[in-house]
Amino acid sequence: MKTLVIAEHDNQQLKPATLNTLAAAAKLNQPIDILVAGANCGAVVSQAQAASGVTEVLVADSDYLTHQLPEDIAPIIQANIGDYTHVLAPATTTGKNLLPRVAALLDVQAISDIQNVLDANTFERPIYAGNVIATVESSDSIKVMTVRTTSFDPVAATGGSASTRTLEAGSASGLAEFVSEELAQSDRPELTAANIVISGGRGLGNGENFELLYTLADKLNGAVGASRAAVDAGFVPNDMQVGQTGKIVAPDLYIAVGISGAIQHLAGMKESKIIVAINKDEDAPIFQVADYGLVADLFDVIPELTSKL
Amino acid sequence: MKILVPIKRVVDYNVKVRPTSDGTDVDITNAKMSINPFCEIAVEEAVRLKEQGVATEVIVVSIGDAKCHEQLRAAMALGADRAIHIDAATNLEPLAIAKCLKALVDKEAPEIVLLGKQSIDGDNNQTGQMLAALWNVGQGTFASEVKIADGAAHVTREIDGGLQTLKLKLPAVITTDLRLNEPRYAKLPHIMKAKKKPLDTLTLDELGIDGATRVKLVKTAPPAQRQAGIKVADVDALIEKLKNEAKVIA
Ligand SMILES: Cc1cc2nc3c(=O)[nH]c(=O)nc-3n(C[C@H](O)[C@H](O)[C@H](O)COP(=O)(O)OP(=O)(O)OC[C@H]3O[C@@H](n4cnc5c(N)ncnc54)[C@H](O)[C@@H]3O)c2cc1C
Ligand SMILES: Nc1ncnc2c1ncn2[C@@H]1O[C@H](COP(=O)(O)O)[C@@H](O)[C@H]1O
Repeated sequence: MKTLVIAEHDNQQLKPATLNTLAAAAKLNQPIDILVAGANCGAVVSQAQAASGVTEVLVADSDYLTHQLPEDIAPIIQANIGDYTHVLAPATTTGKNLLPRVAALLDVQAISDIQNVLDANTFERPIYAGNVIATVESSDSIKVMTVRTTSFDPVAATGGSASTRTLEAGSASGLAEFVSEELAQSDRPELTAANIVISGGRGLGNGENFELLYTLADKLNGAVGASRAAVDAGFVPNDMQVGQTGKIVAPDLYIAVGISGAIQHLAGMKESKIIVAINKDEDAPIFQVADYGLVADLFDVIPELTSKL
Repeated sequence: MKILVPIKRVVDYNVKVRPTSDGTDVDITNAKMSINPFCEIAVEEAVRLKEQGVATEVIVVSIGDAKCHEQLRAAMALGADRAIHIDAATNLEPLAIAKCLKALVDKEAPEIVLLGKQSIDGDNNQTGQMLAALWNVGQGTFASEVKIADGAAHVTREIDGGLQTLKLKLPAVITTDLRLNEPRYAKLPHIMKAKKKPLDTLTLDELGIDGATRVKLVKTAPPAQRQAGIKVADVDALIEKLKNEAKVIA
């Protein structure tokens, strides 16, 4: 009876979401191993060894795993499933892409986006855009689950001293080939990890106006997010979308600027500690979840807020 | 090239769903039902591939009770050529759905199965990936752009850090993200025509699928409710509250 956590990383850095996933794994009260699959990912292996609560790091390090395609990684997990009863990964686009493929190979029903562990078989997860919290009980012998990272405080990144085990390398599936990647570059904190998030919606009007939010964010050391309407209109790139089908955030402070507050947007931010809404429509639904609402034109108050902070 | 598009009948995205009062299920009595928005995007993409001469036939399939005929007809009004209804309980799990689709793939031999990335009722985001595993083909999930060229599918995917492009050998599974396209509205003559397009029904037994539940729903509850807060008069009042009351900025 052991738990396997799948590390999320870019071959250099272990992503913080892995530490939240380890926290969810810890609630299962059984030994935790972690899989690092990638290419030239020795640095990640060391970070995984140091993470709190890890017993053993399974290492699959081979050139064909550079881009960590699920077609290549799912069979590695299947081949090494041994006596693991739980397989967990963060509910990021990477984890969501990989784990259902693993579950199907193991012939088990995956469980997406767990936000609480009640016992070894019973979990809570949001459905219907978070309007309902479902308690579900699995009768499968292996539980394959993605973890809503905002629901679990991360374990310490240091202090652990896990051993390592090298897995036998496989070979590329040949089914899919990496072509290219366009990753957004930003000096601001990562959206899902930031303590302060400022998000803009259709009310911003265009992409240039997002500069107002970037300036404010830099002053507060915050990250900048967006509604789907702002992303669809091309104001900002897709990786900034917060919501049911974008990223889930739960910062200490979330400032929604020119966002109406559709349920799909709320699904991604309503666990934030303090919510501020700035909107010129006093009936905008966002005010129903806001701790502090300011009915005003954003083009007046954002520059004022920035200068007064 | 044949494209198979699985579509799900779900509660419309504008409906705010609540748990039933006994906390055992969700209350969707009389709720407006629609094609899952991501599936609608999949239908649109398949129809566009047909209009471009890349695809020859677009088949839509839905698994559930007979009420999903409504969504299958709607998809045919958008341009799908024919429909298959797999008669089953409406709460079949993604693994069972993927197994149904695999059985159908073995019969129909499509080159692409184009699904939604996620059904907005269960928010699972699993079926496409599971089908790709069972079928042993490549998967291009969360697609915001699809091009078919040189006998391969070139899929641009929305990932957390930005965009990633993959080249998938055919056959392949592709799942749609919201920005892939904007679905058209069905025109009346097409709605009329769709009534005459073929709609076949298959059963789980005919496909040899066991629909048993692996993950039981034991309880439903509303999420923790937030109290609506207060309105502040101006920027100064906001800063004062954030500093002294909420203590979230220094
Ligand atoms: C399947 C599905 C999934 C979805 N997933 C998501 C998701 O993940 N995330 C998401 O955000 N949405 C999602 N949506 C879309 C969602 O339903 C809404 O359409 C979207 O959130 C609206 O964005 P918005 O609030 O920016 O735009 P609008 O609703 O147009 O609101 C703009 C707001 O700006 C205010 N405003 C305008 N000008 C000013 C000004 N000068 N000063 C102050 N205020 C101003 C207006 O009063 C208005 O309230 C999804 C929809 C579907 C169907
Ligand atoms: N009952 C169903 N009938 C047809 N297609 C389905 C069904 N359930 C899921 N799908 C397909 O799988 C996609 C992802 O669903 P899910 O894995 O449930 O989030 C949907 O967008 C559909 O394309």
